[in-house]
Amino acid sequence: MASRPDRTRRVGDRRTLTLAAIGTAGGLFSGLFGVGGGAVMVPLLLLWLGYEERPAAATSLGAIAIVSAFAAGVQALYGNVDAGDALLVGIPAVGGVLLGTWLQQRVAADTIAFAFALLLVAAAIQLAVSS
Amino acid sequence: MILAALVGVVAGVASGLLGIGGGILFVPALTILLGHGQVEAEATSLLAIVPVALVGSWRQRGYGNLVVRDAAVMGVLSIAGVLAGVALANALPERVLRVGFALLLLNMARQLVLRGVAGRRRRLAA
Repeated sequence: MASRPDRTRRVGDRRTLTLAAIGTAGGLFSGLFGVGGGAVMVPLLLLWLGYEERPAAATSLGAIAIVSAFAAGVQALYGNVDAGDALLVGIPAVGGVLLGTWLQQRVAADTIAFAFALLLVAAAIQLAVSS
Repeated sequence: MILAALVGVVAGVASGLLGIGGGILFVPALTILLGHGQVEAEATSLLAIVPVALVGSWRQRGYGNLVVRDAAVMGVLSIAGVLAGVALANALPERVLRVGFALLLLNMARQLVLRGVAGRRRRLAA
């Protein structure tokens, strides 16, 4: 029995280390590309910590709130943040997300997925050509 | 100004409907539609993500999907990665960043198509 708290602690330490590794990878991706980092954190939560998909997405989103706030703060030190545009885009986006989750129950998301895939390809071409 | 708000709404709808991150749409919209440079667009996107992620995770907490401790540990211990990533974004040539981001967009498009195909198949089978 005496060894049990030790063992629990080791398991806890190990979990913290794993979370730190996932957070670091997500942070690197987020800082480099200006995205949340969920594309990196969600698969790692599934793979390394045995998360189910929904809790992985939700927990990654919680981490993203902190990660992107850090990254925005550091970018602000470099003088790169346009706070006005960030709010102009970010605040309406909150309403958009609520509308999107409402729509999810009511429309066939697969058709819209194809449409957005096309839009992303067009944006990718535009970015690559204009650089 | 109206364009920026519209970008926000469309990106938000896509995010809520398709489960893709807001940033993947914010960054190209900020460069292509609003004329920001790549690094500036990335930096601005990061700040725009914060309210979206806060509201989203607050709602997910209501559904019982958010593991608060794990989210906090990942978030706080991301700082070294964040510092390295931001430093890299500022050091790399803009062109490299843009091409990297274009690849990211193509990968997301591929995932959406795969998911769309699977969804359609399920819908037709049902």
